[in-house]
Amino acid sequence: MTLFGAAQDAGSDTGVLLVELGLLLVFLAVLARLAHRVGLSPIPGYLLAGLLVGNGGPGPVQLQFSREFVEFGAQIGVVLLLLALGLQYTASELRSGLRTGLTPAGFDAAANFTPGVAVGLLLGWDVTTALLLGGVTYISSSGVIAKILEDLGRLGNRETPSILTVLVLEDLVMAAYLPMMAVLVSHRALPDAAITLVAALAVVTVVIAVALRHGATVSRWIVSPSDEVLLLTVLGVTLFVSGLAEQFQVSAAVGAFLVGVAISGPVSKRAAQLVGPLRDLFAATFFLFFGMAIDLTALPPVIGIVIALAVITGLTKIATGWWVARRAGIGPRGRIRAGTALVARGEFSVVIAEIGVSAGVDARLGPITAGYVLLMAFAGPILTRTLGGTPKK
Amino acid sequence: MSDVQETQLPGVGVRYDFLTSEGDRIGVLAHHFGHRELLLYDRDDPDSSRRIARLDPDDARTLADLLGVPHISQQLEGIQQRIEGLAIDWMPIDKASSFAGRTLRQCAIHTRTGVSIVAVLRGDEAFPAPTADFVLEPDDIAVAVGTPAGVKALHQLRRGQ
Repeated sequence: MTLFGAAQDAGSDTGVLLVELGLLLVFLAVLARLAHRVGLSPIPGYLLAGLLVGNGGPGPVQLQFSREFVEFGAQIGVVLLLLALGLQYTASELRSGLRTGLTPAGFDAAANFTPGVAVGLLLGWDVTTALLLGGVTYISSSGVIAKILEDLGRLGNRETPSILTVLVLEDLVMAAYLPMMAVLVSHRALPDAAITLVAALAVVTVVIAVALRHGATVSRWIVSPSDEVLLLTVLGVTLFVSGLAEQFQVSAAVGAFLVGVAISGPVSKRAAQLVGPLRDLFAATFFLFFGMAIDLTALPPVIGIVIALAVITGLTKIATGWWVARRAGIGPRGRIRAGTALVARGEFSVVIAEIGVSAGVDARLGPITAGYVLLMAFAGPILTRTLGGTPKK
Repeated sequence: MSDVQETQLPGVGVRYDFLTSEGDRIGVLAHHFGHRELLLYDRDDPDSSRRIARLDPDDARTLADLLGVPHISQQLEGIQQRIEGLAIDWMPIDKASSFAGRTLRQCAIHTRTGVSIVAVLRGDEAFPAPTADFVLEPDDIAVAVGTPAGVKALHQLRRGQ
């Protein structure tokens, strides 16, 4: 009798959970649909949805039952975002990126990392938090930018390789930056932190070297003619490695990125296609979760900072694209296209800020990042569309 | 043949482009996922391109056939990626070779080495899937597919006689 009653309770809980999740996903779908209609990234929409249903959002729509699910989904979302990023590049692309892209990468970092760090320090933050804000303003959104280039038919343009090289290098920088920040926010004593950091970076270097050299062998273990088997294998290996990486303070995201890099050849393209829809689902959950954790009332006080950051780092990104394209012998119009295309920030700025937010650094980092990404993910595509000239159809 | 430039696009694919005799720059963007984009570059702004068409692999083959360009080597590359332990070789038939002037049946390459001749290139022309009656001529290039050992045996056979 008791057993039956308990089962019934569990049943109704599951029912409410499913209804709530269903409504949430439909809400996200409506936002994504709107974003697609106007040709913009859905990321700002997801963040906005999170702000609305989270802490300090308008009362009646707050989530009751699916919070835990969303939180768990968010962690998977980060892992899949980075896995997909790693799968996107072949080992030879990373190698040639490292060979030819170091100077542009240096310019990019100097121009776009510095403003974030400076603003963080001006706000009186500690160095770690300021470095996180530097990362937020540094990294362009390869997801948003790839979509803009595709939508505007610019993939074939001669400035595009310069843009992509900047993005590849930024993503490689993330592989060193994320574990570094993970160690720094853990606030441990200096010698201990230094040892963990060196160990983490050594692991990253070794894995990248192995992936570049022996990617084919790794891929042979994973390959299967069945999509189902391939998907389960890739997901299983990725979650396992990410979990291990997290245990060793290297950050789960970097573990996933390295798995993606290690899988190469034709199988990586198939894996990317299989993982794609899952990544979209869980990444949406991640942006939602990040938005939920932010108090809506914390946004207005930081609006000024957000706009200042957006203007400065919008200009520095345009300068980066201009300079990189000019180096490649591209004309003025192509340089403008390259510069404005790089303005968009998105998924990885949020990933970086989340490291700090979950570790409880200055409470303004979350709202500033949310406002900044909302602005840049909208402004980037609009800017490059208007200033870069419309494609002739 | 025009000078074709090849550019890697990290995470996207490879772009090939060339200048036509009339001064238009034409590009082909080969995506990692297999489809291709046909591009025409702007004369005023040579950095910008317009996508003329998006082609899936079948469309691309059809267009290549219509334009009369042999693309055998590319298709073979695809096969090689998919099948482990497959060797592909381009075997020139010189005048001294015992194969010159004989039909494929007389050469009995497949019987002796297990290697198949899947195509013969003669000047600018290509003969895909030649029949057993196909006569090999001096300066032909035979495209041989088989196991690495088989291809090695074929070379010894060609040199030995």
